[in-house]
Amino acid sequence: MTLFKNAAALAALSLSSLALGAGPAAAYKIFVSNEKENTVSVIDSEKLEVVHTIKTGNRPRGIILSKDGKWVIVCTSDDNRIQVFDAETYKFVKDLPSGPDPELPILHTSGNPLYVSNEDDNLVTVVDIFKGTIITDIPVGVEPEGMGMSPDGKILVNTSETTNMAHFITTDGFKNVENILVDNRPRVAEFKSDGSEVWVSAEIGGTVSVIDPAQKKVTHKINFEIQGITKDAIQPVGVRFNQDNTKAFVALGPANRVAVVDAKTYKVEKYILVGQRVWNLGFTPDYKLLFTTNGTSNDVTVIDVASEKAIKSIKTGRYPWGVVSSLTPIKSAENGAAQ
Amino acid sequence: MTSANPVFSSPDPVERLPFPAARSLQSRSLRSAVFGCIASSLALAALPSAVLAGAPPGVAPAEPAAVPAAPQASDVKTLNILMVRQLRPERLPPLSLLDLPPMDDGLAGARLAIDDNNTTGRFLKQNFALELIESEDTAELIAETKKKVEAGIGFVVTDLDAKPTIELADALKGLDAVIFNASAPDENIREEDCRANLKHTAPSRAMLADALAQYLAWKRWGNWVLIVGPTPEDKAYADALRRSAQRFGMKILEEREFKYDPGSRRSDGGFEQIQQQIPTFTQKLPPHDVLLVADEGELFGEYFPYRTWDARPVAGTAGLFPTSWHPAIELWGGTQFQNRFKRLASRNMRPLDYQAWMAVRSIGEAATRTQSVDRKAIIPYMLSPEFELAAFKGRKLTYRAWNGQLRQPVVLATGKMHVTVSPQPGFLHQFTELDTLGVDKPETKCRAYNK
Repeated sequence: MTLFKNAAALAALSLSSLALGAGPAAAYKIFVSNEKENTVSVIDSEKLEVVHTIKTGNRPRGIILSKDGKWVIVCTSDDNRIQVFDAETYKFVKDLPSGPDPELPILHTSGNPLYVSNEDDNLVTVVDIFKGTIITDIPVGVEPEGMGMSPDGKILVNTSETTNMAHFITTDGFKNVENILVDNRPRVAEFKSDGSEVWVSAEIGGTVSVIDPAQKKVTHKINFEIQGITKDAIQPVGVRFNQDNTKAFVALGPANRVAVVDAKTYKVEKYILVGQRVWNLGFTPDYKLLFTTNGTSNDVTVIDVASEKAIKSIKTGRYPWGVVSSLTPIKSAENGAAQ
Repeated sequence: MTSANPVFSSPDPVERLPFPAARSLQSRSLRSAVFGCIASSLALAALPSAVLAGAPPGVAPAEPAAVPAAPQASDVKTLNILMVRQLRPERLPPLSLLDLPPMDDGLAGARLAIDDNNTTGRFLKQNFALELIESEDTAELIAETKKKVEAGIGFVVTDLDAKPTIELADALKGLDAVIFNASAPDENIREEDCRANLKHTAPSRAMLADALAQYLAWKRWGNWVLIVGPTPEDKAYADALRRSAQRFGMKILEEREFKYDPGSRRSDGGFEQIQQQIPTFTQKLPPHDVLLVADEGELFGEYFPYRTWDARPVAGTAGLFPTSWHPAIELWGGTQFQNRFKRLASRNMRPLDYQAWMAVRSIGEAATRTQSVDRKAIIPYMLSPEFELAAFKGRKLTYRAWNGQLRQPVVLATGKMHVTVSPQPGFLHQFTELDTLGVDKPETKCRAYNK
């Protein structure tokens, strides 16, 4: 635990040093998993180009950072394991066990353990990332996918794609306390940072359900309509809230757009055209840039959050899937970085 | 024949039996009408019926040790689904040893859907069970089904030819039951002979043919020649291709009937004569882009690729074929679905399995959404526009309100892999592009749904 506190303090320190004016060589690094290429593309947030490519195991999908920002944690689904890479040197650190077909990981707010959905086995596996051991697994619905963690660290929300539920699971004791029916094929569960709501996207249902975690009830359903795009093609996946939870960005799959939603009134304000089959979203830690993974056009689109405009698309590997930013600006390790 | 779909190889030991042996085993042991599942059927032959729940012994994967929120048995409400299978021992085996249908073709898909329904059901205190009856005698099947419906079963999934499907629908008229046709592709039972209590998860021939025609149109392969087999099903498939050609501006420049008297399927050799026969048969066709074959029984179509006089691709029931499902599909989360099926059935998923899965999942989905196992609550919901099914096709599937046909993307594939999925880009529709496949609302002859 102390380790984590120190790490968090370190991270905070680095962030403030950025505010004071970091050197031009240091920028955020954006890690993008390329599902069909078995690589992670590393994008420099200032140059807005790929500066390095990390070779991974088979079918890298869900990708997150450790709480201290030092590790990039990638689910390599077809290898039935999780890989850990150093966020600065891009060097392989270790493998973690994961259960079969790991798809999306999420860390407990304390930094450990890791919860990972095993899409092929109707389980959520709980992994100690330091010891590299499986603590337990939790039976959930068919094809578990989305993973949300309440900001107080008490509740894990897992969505199951074929059971169409958001499963509320306690993190102490791993009790399944509520199962909330949402629309078809729920993909992502995302809490507001104040814990007041968890939003669950339904890819085939075409909606986002707003759930009140206190009442454990769906309080609102967000629908999307885009001129010239059939309803079938509007398939919400990735959901991210801006810094003060006033706006949500929702990736709409083959509609090739990211919706900007007023997170208080639930009105859709805008659709931002991005690349093809946009699935997952990731902010830089300063919330200034949003990166979108566009699976079928093999690129990520960079959205300027303030202006809500797409400013650039960057070619990545094949079928970019997940995206996460480094916690702090990192000096480019593109020269001499090991694979 | 009920299916235009090709079949695939499988490690299932049942399937490895020579075809006539497998078939006669099935009819001899099991023709006494009603029994449980394949896995337990021999042991249970003496019982009049057996309920096939989520986990038949020795087949399904073990349940997780601790299931959270598992309801007490007393709270659980059970919904029974009846699967009705017509045994067709007279049906000739397809040409390829890879394509021999397994004994649980379709049934295994229904069982997977029961498992999927139950995984959800355990969170909602719902349990789903599958009961199976099968026989060569369709009159017997219909009488038995009627008895079961009168005794309380509200949902029937059929693997029947078109005629007994309609007869069953008529026998159940006025009773609280819905029939899901999982196998018959015939147009008439969706059109002039449609029934209000009959839904179709199997794609119609028109949908299959339109899916193929759209792709050939996209490829600009607009000049076709058509080889038609001798059976009524072959002729119906050819009719569907003619309709699609007209619909999408393709030209059928010449048709030839392939008169063929099927001989021994398992004879040693035989390629020498076929290598001579097919080029001769396809000689002097007008210049064409693609040669289409209508051979639903798969009795000769596979002879055409690589043997035609002209170097042209083959499509239709052989070569590039339209199908509801293919065991190599990994699109849209299909990998996990295929894996679940293989763990359950020890073989690849075939189109009939998929179509039965969609039927049983439709029932489960409606039970989930209505939070009820009462057929009186579920049936109206299924008919409502709110009903939708996620079925690993990348978009929601819904039932056409005018004839009960499930809208679905159609896969175009070869034996190994999918080539594309229709509807094709650019084929637009004012409501849903899926309605560019098959008979659309303004053209329908179905009136039963309007009442």
